[in-house]
Amino acid sequence: MQLDNLYQEVILDHYKRPEFKKLSETFSVRVHHVNPSCGDEITLQLSLDMQGEIALTWDGIGCSISMASASVMAGLFNGKSLEQTAPIFEEFVTLMQSKGAATGDEDVLEDAVAFSGVSKYPARIKCALLAWMAFKDASVQVQGQVK
Amino acid sequence: MTNFNAREIRKEFPIFDRTVREGKRLIYLDSGATSQKPRVVIDAESHFYSFSNAAVHRGAHQLAEEATDAYEGARKIVADFLSAEVDEVVFTKNATESLNLLAYSLGSAKKESELHVTAGDRIVITEMEHHANLIPWQQLALRTGAELAWFPVDTEGRLDLSEIEKVITDRTKIVALTHQSNVLGTINPLDGIIGRAHRVGAIVILDACQSVPHMSINVKQLGVDFLAFSGHKSLGPTGVGVLWGRSELLADLPPFLFGGSMIESVTMTSATWAPAPRKFEAGVPNMAQAVGLGAALNYLNEIGLEAIHDHEMFLTQRLITGLEQNKSVQIFGPRNLEMRGGVVSFGVEDIHPHDLGQFLDSQGIAVRTGHHCAWPLNRKLGVTATTRASLYLYNEESDIDALLEGVADAQTYFGGK
Ligand SMILES: Cc1ncc(COP(=O)(O)O)c(C=O)c1O
Repeated sequence: MQLDNLYQEVILDHYKRPEFKKLSETFSVRVHHVNPSCGDEITLQLSLDMQGEIALTWDGIGCSISMASASVMAGLFNGKSLEQTAPIFEEFVTLMQSKGAATGDEDVLEDAVAFSGVSKYPARIKCALLAWMAFKDASVQVQGQVK
Repeated sequence: MTNFNAREIRKEFPIFDRTVREGKRLIYLDSGATSQKPRVVIDAESHFYSFSNAAVHRGAHQLAEEATDAYEGARKIVADFLSAEVDEVVFTKNATESLNLLAYSLGSAKKESELHVTAGDRIVITEMEHHANLIPWQQLALRTGAELAWFPVDTEGRLDLSEIEKVITDRTKIVALTHQSNVLGTINPLDGIIGRAHRVGAIVILDACQSVPHMSINVKQLGVDFLAFSGHKSLGPTGVGVLWGRSELLADLPPFLFGGSMIESVTMTSATWAPAPRKFEAGVPNMAQAVGLGAALNYLNEIGLEAIHDHEMFLTQRLITGLEQNKSVQIFGPRNLEMRGGVVSFGVEDIHPHDLGQFLDSQGIAVRTGHHCAWPLNRKLGVTATTRASLYLYNEESDIDALLEGVADAQTYFGGK
């Protein structure tokens, strides 16, 4: 079924067993983003430790795509530096905007390549990007604090 | 069973000739968002452009005359459809514009006018309003210093009118509410609300987006003061809506948009207004769309709103009964058919509405998912989103059965993986 391209195993797994989906007690920055067209919400907390490594936790309510995407992203970004996340971030956004033409670089995206099917469904791209846009917002704020 | 022949009716709607998602039959259950269009409507719009196109109310030539006749003819059809006077019908872009027009015009009514809204006055709405009948009033309250109050929704999805005397106070100027909820399907009882509103000197504004397309409406019998609906939900084209208002109120109300066609005379420093409805129709209007709406209402009349309503109720019963048999389904809104229409929102345990909608779409079934532009109501229901099926004359039993089956299949798909 065509739908299986969208709902890949990895996505449904992350949806059912999300990672880092528990807001930590401490954080440097907290952001809250909503998708106004459907009401999905995410709260994302970000801090950088002394080495500049990311500690990211989140919580949210939403569809499998938005929640799985947050979970996969958190898994990818935790422990990395902001610089290291930049190419992953870009590759993911490019993949989402590809209208189904790109498959995504698995070396860069790892589990996040599972979202390649999403780009064929214009209404769902925002779902997949919800957490990523929240992260972008938080990372700008956290950098502002460091300076 | 009804002897209503939805299958024959579908043949008059060209969109049902196409398929969706790799050859699937289109099962359209999203008429609450917008209805599909019969060929007569598409033809009427196209015919206007092909034969009569000219700016209405302007120009001395034959085409301008014909265009004006067609446009004003459409106004007459709308007026008859609502059992209203022809000069009480204002064409707008959609219901949203109708309601904003009202909110702005009321906000600039002269101090001497009974319609004037000021600090200390009250505007009453309900918790089940579509954003289009919520934000204009919220913003009018903010602009004028008036107080916004609302009727809450009870657990069954009906308005809680138990405190009506406290909600509609002596200082209430405006009561704006929906006739039928676009989320719950609830049809609101108007008599008590109108009675109380009129006793305190308030006007009643009815958002009839979800009722005008589906039931016979007589504005005189209803007793409201203003009524708004959108053409595109009533088999008509997009880009045309209606604001109906009592003639004495329209006469008292200042215009909202200024420009051509709405004036009586103009100098460099002042202007006076044409009588209603012209004073509310600045600029060249959506002529072809108004003509298309006229064709749509004629078409609805031919089939008969009673018959359409009965058909929708028959399908609604089948849908609710079917959903109730599914233990994982929760219906938001009244389960009995008393004072409800063919809009049914529901949730399925452990499946987010977006995912359910996506799965149904893969089966050719078009439903709406999300907050349906009624965010406060969703909060009240304790959900971020629901799935909504909304019915119309071209739906048939097999559409309902496909939906029920689709929901069950989605449970297997998302649960079984
Ligand atoms: C109850 C209700 N009111 C208002 C509107 C707004 O209609 P439109 O977007 O056509 O202006 C809608 C349509 O979604 C509706 O269902």
